[in-house]
Amino acid sequence: MQKTAQAKQSPGTAAETPPSILSVNNIEVIYDHVILVLKGVSLEVPRGGIVALLGANGAGKSTTLKAISNLLGAERGVVTKGSIEYENTPVHASSPDELVKSGCIQVMEGRHCFEHLTVDENLLTGAHTRGNARASIKRDLELVYSYFPRLKDRRNSLAGYISGGEQQMTAIGRALMSRPKMILLDEPSMGLAPQLVEEIFEIVKQLNTDQGVSVLLAEQNTNMALRYAQYGYVLENGRVVMDGDAKTLRENEDIKEFYLGISGGDKKSFREFKHYKRRKRWLA
Amino acid sequence: MLFVLETVISGALAGIMYSLVALGFVLIFKASGVFNFSQGVMALFAALTLVGLLSGTIPFTNTDNPALALPVWAAIPLTIFVMFIVAVLIEKFILRHLVNQEHIILFMAMVGLTYVFEGVGDMMWGSDVKVLDLGLPQGAWDWLFDTHDLYVEKIEMVAAATAAVLVTVLAVFFQKTRIGRALRAVADDHQAALSVGISLRNIWIIVWSAAGIVALAAGVMWGAKSGVQFSLSLIALKALPVLILGGFTSIPGAIVGGLIIGIGEKLVEVFSGELIAAAFAGLIEIDPGVFSATENWFAYVLALFFLMFRPQGLFGEKIIERV
Ligand SMILES: Nc1ncnc2c1ncn2[C@@H]1O[C@H](COP(=O)(O)OP(=O)(O)OP(=O)(O)O)[C@@H](O)[C@H]1O
Ligand SMILES: [Mg+2]
Repeated sequence: MQKTAQAKQSPGTAAETPPSILSVNNIEVIYDHVILVLKGVSLEVPRGGIVALLGANGAGKSTTLKAISNLLGAERGVVTKGSIEYENTPVHASSPDELVKSGCIQVMEGRHCFEHLTVDENLLTGAHTRGNARASIKRDLELVYSYFPRLKDRRNSLAGYISGGEQQMTAIGRALMSRPKMILLDEPSMGLAPQLVEEIFEIVKQLNTDQGVSVLLAEQNTNMALRYAQYGYVLENGRVVMDGDAKTLRENEDIKEFYLGISGGDKKSFREFKHYKRRKRWLA
Repeated sequence: MLFVLETVISGALAGIMYSLVALGFVLIFKASGVFNFSQGVMALFAALTLVGLLSGTIPFTNTDNPALALPVWAAIPLTIFVMFIVAVLIEKFILRHLVNQEHIILFMAMVGLTYVFEGVGDMMWGSDVKVLDLGLPQGAWDWLFDTHDLYVEKIEMVAAATAAVLVTVLAVFFQKTRIGRALRAVADDHQAALSVGISLRNIWIIVWSAAGIVALAAGVMWGAKSGVQFSLSLIALKALPVLILGGFTSIPGAIVGGLIIGIGEKLVEVFSGELIAAAFAGLIEIDPGVFSATENWFAYVLALFFLMFRPQGLFGEKIIERV
């Protein structure tokens, strides 16, 4: 019965949507036994799609991604309700390494490169779960450098000493080395110049088309994210308050006002928009 | 002059023991941020296990059955295997449950582990002083004595060589292998390591096993010289100042720190009394014998100076700060 309720929420109609690679059903997440952060989040990522997860600071984007990749445990967080299915199998009990092995990997917010390892070594750690398949790992290393040519020049530098943009590229490249089917990409635009953000998004788009990698993209940079994603969810306070095609979201007045800063009116908190929530409740 | 050289050599050889124990600390601290208080007792436990296997002791009965005594070539690998099992148990019963807890909680767990180790070691192998006979060469190295008039014990040379081999193997393992790279990744950022699919549990088992092997080496060397007994576990206390000198996360630091402390304390012990007595000659009468126990606390004074002036130690990992 959960299933039918879910089907309504999934992007597009059942007939034209390819089966989801990832489906998150009504999950609740609690940190430190008491802090309830996600209060029933559901979302779907179609195979080969790019889906944006939008929301302001503290909305729960990173928490959602970590719940999927099972990195929550390391932060004393637990999923207390709901279910997560990756490739139609529940992954609630899978360890992060099992998930990486089955093709689902997270690129964490803030890049998290291994600072005392070289760029080369950073990339190679991404292939850790692939064991000692030397030849194919080497081929993939070159493939990553072909996507990020500017990393190749820095391949022997310690990752702690390269620029923020290069670190973001290293983090994405490192994830690619695991041969993922699904990347959970957390705020790749953070702290980067607009031009660099564009460069990185272009590469993600390219990976998506070339390699068929599905992407769940958490972003505060709504404008940019909705240019590359096909579908988007808006999180607020641990709940999905809106979802729709990227195009629809881009044209949505509330989104324009609060995330794109296009509307002329003075900025208020998204939360103050009671009418918005009322409408949402009515739609649900 | 020759006497100074002899003092330096014997200090360096003692220092290598400290280095080996400190190395065990560093391995575990790097990979898990856990301060393994029990490293010294681990050395004792490993040495006890080896002696037990060599003499055919039946665990928990305190009786020997010579028919079960193993030869050295079998007893050493089996002891290493026991240390591996110990690592698995520690991961399973302690680390796994205390991950992400406050440092003080982990520290208390390690203090507890120390006593458990000590107690279990006693129960399994008995608490009497044991002689460890690996057939290592005894006595002075004649050639050095005949040609250079230097007195150096053979067993100490063996200890030095073993330590050198161990350290080289570890360094190559860390720098050149896939697992070694994963270990360094975990040391840098364990969350990121998790995110790329490195299993922290496996890494912990590996470092605790490596620390167990290093502890075995230290325990054997020390035990072969002075017998296997409780006092062996106290070398861990000398490893603390070594860590402060060398830096908690640095393998070369552990080695160099051990050597500095080993050599330093021997020199201070042997010569400080006379030097100070000579300096004050004519002013006050000082008995050089008063300074004969400086060996016991010199290391801590040195460590204190380091804490004040260079808290990250000689080789403490550079903290990369970007601007
Ligand atoms: N380890 C933690 N323990 C307790 N609370 C946490 C923890 N991590 C996050 N939170 C809380 O959960 C809420 C959601 O955080 P989350 O990091 O998921 O937000 P986000 O949408 O990713 O925000 P940002 O855009 O700033 O990255 C915040 O209120 C935050 O304070
Ligand atoms: Mg976040």
